[in-house]
Amino acid sequence: MNRIVHGAIAGALFGLGLAISGMTTPDKVLNFLDIAGSWDPSLALVMGAALVVSIPGFAWLRRRGRTLGGDALPSPPSDAIDFRLLLGSALFGIGWGLAGYCPGPALASLAHGWSEAVVFVVAMLAGSQLVRIVNRGRR
Amino acid sequence: MPTGFTPVSALIGGALIGLAATWLLATIGRIAGISGILNRAVDTREERGWRLAFLIAMIVAAGAWFALWGASPRSGFPWLALTIAGVLVGAGTRLGNGCTSGHGICGLARLSRRSLWAVLVFMGAGIVTVYVVRHIAGGFA
Repeated sequence: MNRIVHGAIAGALFGLGLAISGMTTPDKVLNFLDIAGSWDPSLALVMGAALVVSIPGFAWLRRRGRTLGGDALPSPPSDAIDFRLLLGSALFGIGWGLAGYCPGPALASLAHGWSEAVVFVVAMLAGSQLVRIVNRGRR
Repeated sequence: MPTGFTPVSALIGGALIGLAATWLLATIGRIAGISGILNRAVDTREERGWRLAFLIAMIVAAGAWFALWGASPRSGFPWLALTIAGVLVGAGTRLGNGCTSGHGICGLARLSRRSLWAVLVFMGAGIVTVYVVRHIAGGFA
């Protein structure tokens, strides 16, 4: 039960942050990426402010070695820089630059009730499942 | 469509996102990467509770903000481009194991070299894509 409450609190803070910051406005995202045109640097400040909070927060938790409730922190994932990471990030960046949505803002934009957010999220789920199926087939 | 520089709301919103990521790690020891949370909520029943709670609360909180302060919808964006973009984002974040939040916030927050590379590549790809679409192809609309 506690996990559900904490998940909901974190999700609410995250959603509020996305909406307030302008991450849910695709034109703002595209203008952030448009350094040769109508550049809007706002979103650099979103990431900057998020890191100003999370870097010391994460460092403190890593030093503690456990959560506030005393559970062990998960061990960090592998640090391998491989082809999958680079190809996946490149494909993601192309999609992000095409429509101006990354996964969080796309989901949060469902709250608008805009049909374009629905189309994007359905396509995003399909793309993700496609890779999952291909991966499974290759194992 | 030009948009104005909004440093104050960007800083406040960003700080809330950083707080959300720190909260999730501090309380339940999990990483606030949206693509990972969504994928695992879809793929597996294990730990589905907090993941669904996170995603629903995220959508509801953003919706409450839009309802109070308004949001101007984009119109006329081609559906084919949306669909292709969505497939690329879904496939790419699954393959690269993370998106702007997982690599960009949580990965960089723990000073991961892997996440730094991911961020440089997706930012670079995004910048090149916008350049090609807007300045070479002349835009969508």
